[in-house]
Amino acid sequence: MAYTSVRELLNACKSEGARLDEVILRSDLGESGLTEEESRARMHHLWQVMVATSENYRGEDRSASGFAGGDAAKVEKAAAAGLLYSGGYYARVIAEALKTAECNACMKRIVAAPTAGSCGVLPAVLLPLWRDGLYDEEAICRALYVAAGFGQVVAARATLAGAEGGCQAAVGAASAMAAAALVYLKGGTAEACAEAFAMALTNLEGLVCDPVAGLVELPCIKRNVIGAVNAVSAADMALAGVVGHIPADEVIDAMAEVGAAMSRDLRETGIGGLAGTPTGQAIRDIVTMAGGEE
Amino acid sequence: MRLFDVLGPVMTGPSSSHTAGAVRIGLTARKLLGEQPAQAEILLHGSFAATGRGHGTDKALVAGLLGMQPDDENIPRSFVLARQAGMLFTVGTINLRGAHPNTALLRLRGQDGHVLEVMGASIGGGRINICQIDGITTNFGADHDTLIVHNLDTPGHVSAVTTCLSEHHINIATMQLYRSAAGGYAVMVLECDQPIPADIVEQLRKMPGIVKVTSLNL
Repeated sequence: MAYTSVRELLNACKSEGARLDEVILRSDLGESGLTEEESRARMHHLWQVMVATSENYRGEDRSASGFAGGDAAKVEKAAAAGLLYSGGYYARVIAEALKTAECNACMKRIVAAPTAGSCGVLPAVLLPLWRDGLYDEEAICRALYVAAGFGQVVAARATLAGAEGGCQAAVGAASAMAAAALVYLKGGTAEACAEAFAMALTNLEGLVCDPVAGLVELPCIKRNVIGAVNAVSAADMALAGVVGHIPADEVIDAMAEVGAAMSRDLRETGIGGLAGTPTGQAIRDIVTMAGGEE
Repeated sequence: MRLFDVLGPVMTGPSSSHTAGAVRIGLTARKLLGEQPAQAEILLHGSFAATGRGHGTDKALVAGLLGMQPDDENIPRSFVLARQAGMLFTVGTINLRGAHPNTALLRLRGQDGHVLEVMGASIGGGRINICQIDGITTNFGADHDTLIVHNLDTPGHVSAVTTCLSEHHINIATMQLYRSAAGGYAVMVLECDQPIPADIVEQLRKMPGIVKVTSLNL
């Protein structure tokens, strides 16, 4: 059975003397009916799809609405020309988050992680590390188990759906999962993974889901960037020994409470927030009027 | 939630409800028809009608009717592929009172002219609910092998069908009964733990009072 609290998950690591990823993998086998080998093969497949999505990115692709596409290419070009504040890993994280999220909007194949709208966060923080050879596919897949295990706790205590909890439940959860994965990769303790997870989720608490025209484009694509960058900063703080003081489980519960208190207009209905601005409504009218084919 | 429901599924974007779920509705309708339709009328309701074009819901439904899975990279090209495959289709909108916001109504015609109407809703995370077949309420997720029997609303049909399944060692997971009006038309939906062999379907079709038998094998 999946863990329903981060506390239990950390206790299981201690009592079994096992790593986070091992405890999480084993907890799923009974429920999914998969063998350990099948489970690992499936995780490798997910990672290979994440890699392929990034490699299949084309700067000239546009979504059906015409409002999504081309942004990752702009960031990569400007970073290469030395025009940006962020360089190195950070600039690559930004570009990768845009790439995968733009691929999603352009009807390419992605891994929902945990949702399609937040699919760019995990690959964004992991791909540059893997490409530089800092971690091999085995290590990355172990980190993905860590991310998934923390995500399971969010699903159990709160929700991963923007329609229920707002963007904090989708990009927020993805960011927190990615923060835990990053700390794990760097050899941080299970407790430090939980701290990074809690701080990342804390910092995106309250984020609403207000997609213009109801499409997974605006602001969803760029929200993947804040999710990814936030994951890196939370992981760095945790690795430095910074703590958030509110335990992870309580942060998840707070996120659930905030999500429940959100107006329905701000939970994936395409009514409130950015969707309700004059420009947001004008875009909606253009997109929904543009009938016809191709 | 299972681990690979948190990470995954692998799917063609942009939306698990408006794209991946729509592919599954199309694919399920194709399986219920028993073949690739010669003709399909696709009608979108609610949020499917309002945002379906931007989410590729129309292309996703056609892709499903062509037999594609939600992770197929050809989903964006499904209109072109349908023409190549000789499947005629139209896409329009409809207002279905009281239906789930993400609902599609598919009117299908098979190669030999037999018709089937399927109403399906995409209920989140790529999960679906087939809510009507030929205008009569059903309620199943298309994640089990399923037998759907339309019969006259007269005694004895339920026991005939369940006896037939038990003789073939097929275990029933869930069973639902619906009828249009007393003494009219009734529907049985049986979700099973084993695939439903073609000879059961043939055997049931020959029984008196049975109007239509449809099976969904995953």
